[in-house]
Amino acid sequence: MILTIKNLKVEVEGKPILNGIDLEVNAGEVHAIMGPNGSGKSTLAQVLAGREQFTVTDGTVSYDGQDLLALAPEERARRGLFLGFQYPVEIPGVSNVYLLKAAVNAMRTARGEPELDAFDFLTQVRAVLERMDMPETFLYRAVNEDFSGGEKKRNEILQLLLLEPRLAILDETDSGLDIDALKVVANGVNSLRAPDRAFILVTHYQRLLDYVVPDQVHVLSNGRIVKSGDRSLAHELEARGYDWLKEEAA
Amino acid sequence: MSAVSDIRNRYRQEFAGRAPRLAGAGLPWLAARRRAAMEQFAGSGFPTRKDEDWKYTDVSPLALRQFRPAGAVPVDAALLIPFRLDAWQLVFVDGRFAPALSLLDGLPDGVRLTSLADRLRDTPEMLEAWLGRQVGAERHGFAALNLAFAEDGAVIEIRRSIELEKPIQLLSVQTVGQDSIQHLRHLIRVGENVRASVIESFVALTPGASFSTGVTEIDLAAGSELVHYRLVQNGDDASQIDTTHVQQGRDSRYDAHAVNLGGRLLRHELDCALAAAGAECRFNALTLARGQAQVDTHTRFDHLAPHTTSREWVKGVLDDEARGVFSGRVVVHPDAQKSDAEQSNRNLLLSPRAEADSRPQLEIYADDVKCAHGAATGSLDPEQLFYLRSRGLDAERARQLLVYGFAADALARLPLAGLRRRLAAALGERLLPGANLEGLIP
Repeated sequence: MILTIKNLKVEVEGKPILNGIDLEVNAGEVHAIMGPNGSGKSTLAQVLAGREQFTVTDGTVSYDGQDLLALAPEERARRGLFLGFQYPVEIPGVSNVYLLKAAVNAMRTARGEPELDAFDFLTQVRAVLERMDMPETFLYRAVNEDFSGGEKKRNEILQLLLLEPRLAILDETDSGLDIDALKVVANGVNSLRAPDRAFILVTHYQRLLDYVVPDQVHVLSNGRIVKSGDRSLAHELEARGYDWLKEEAA
Repeated sequence: MSAVSDIRNRYRQEFAGRAPRLAGAGLPWLAARRRAAMEQFAGSGFPTRKDEDWKYTDVSPLALRQFRPAGAVPVDAALLIPFRLDAWQLVFVDGRFAPALSLLDGLPDGVRLTSLADRLRDTPEMLEAWLGRQVGAERHGFAALNLAFAEDGAVIEIRRSIELEKPIQLLSVQTVGQDSIQHLRHLIRVGENVRASVIESFVALTPGASFSTGVTEIDLAAGSELVHYRLVQNGDDASQIDTTHVQQGRDSRYDAHAVNLGGRLLRHELDCALAAAGAECRFNALTLARGQAQVDTHTRFDHLAPHTTSREWVKGVLDDEARGVFSGRVVVHPDAQKSDAEQSNRNLLLSPRAEADSRPQLEIYADDVKCAHGAATGSLDPEQLFYLRSRGLDAERARQLLVYGFAADALARLPLAGLRRRLAAALGERLLPGANLEGLIP
């Protein structure tokens, strides 16, 4: 078991957002978390990555047998947890290549491996750029600054492929992408699927799930998982919307 | 007698003693101008915080201290290597031109580069109509003191249609820290359709209290473009009050970049007179201040003609008890229709005792203009911090990297790549101690 969430309750500025989430993710699995806007999907993703603005009021999260909630965000990252941001943050004045290298080396140091030198790093990053169909000029621009929406999302997947996390949480990585970009992102995710790795895909639409086939689909509504099933649930949601679930849950 | 007026009198006495020996003393027009400047200073003294233009900057530490001219100390040329750029160089040591340290070989025809002292001795005729025309003694006590005492500086004249392949660097070196004073005065005249870059660098080789005043008068003819860099890397107890005035002709472009990395009390005043249609000025300033430093950036852009443009980006990173002041005045005169002005002042406070004062002032007397200004002062953005930490960077390094990024972003506007890299490296060493900077410097 990579991740076990039990009765997780979270508030933001005193307002309850998550009202008791239970979820188990095994190695090798891909879980999709779907739900209407405001259901708490992004909050769940960010809480797992350690966003400090959210207050956990109850519940536990165990990651590889450790208390995830006790770890600082950088500690979670170094232990192989990766969050692909819904809105990747712009960092003016800092080149993309510098952040990528700092991130890769932070992970390597945490694993007790030597840092990569510039040559080895560039060799690695060039190979990943090619897989992502991204030009090398991308490396020398400031992190996410003046990137188009699609470029920002590709940049998240570029980081995913370089960091090779154990648990990847992708928060609406598919939103705002045209079909070609979506395929590139999906190929990136699929290429990383492995028996010792798990994915949580947070998404509003089932479109991504046509390309990255999930093992389980969960529907989040009002801060609770109201239904779980296999990939056919995603298609049902696509056809029927979310309202019937709200009624069912009520 | 108060301490302040006592110090003022000592400048008077010093002037009385030195006036007959100052550069150009034999020129009646200059001697009269210096005398008048001294009288002006004797009357006004240094500005105080009661003066509206000096409300946020207390110069009393300068007014209360007796500074004396530095004797010329020989400089080991090797010490200057880190500060030299790939440029024609005029080096000034303690306010005096040092020909042996300067590099002027291969200047193209049509470029005249001399020291002010040489010019006053050899061919002073045209200086009479030029020296002190744009920045006179009436401006304030520092300008008055400068006009009274300044003996040296650079005189740069570039004939029309010349495109300089290399910049001209004016490197000012202070060797003596102990209560020394120096005055520099530069004159820059750029002909029609010239493209040129001038870099003013200020460097202190020894710590200790020192004080310098500087005045730079710039005249840009129609269609010319001047990129003007000012790099201040003084010691922590060096103070400097400088005034730059730029007179701009039709379709001229003045592109200024100021980087302040060290000093105790720094004030830079920049006035641009956009006097003919199509003239444009751009000012990009970055200050890093710590300890008890005070850094005051004071600009005034006069839109005097139609279709004139001004752009201003002023950034400060203030730590410890440092204080940053920005006062930016944009005046759009009645004839200046279709003027376009934008101004932004952003400060990052790294300590609860650091302070930023921001005074944007727009005065608009024309009705068809575009003007915008914005100011923001704050601390680091939690979203940015979280993003970096989620990529495995520890909190401290993430904070340092964001501060670096905030500052380095201002360097992206510098057209000179070599200088940009050099300054980015200086920022990296200071703001990211112990980090591997490889890949960070573009």
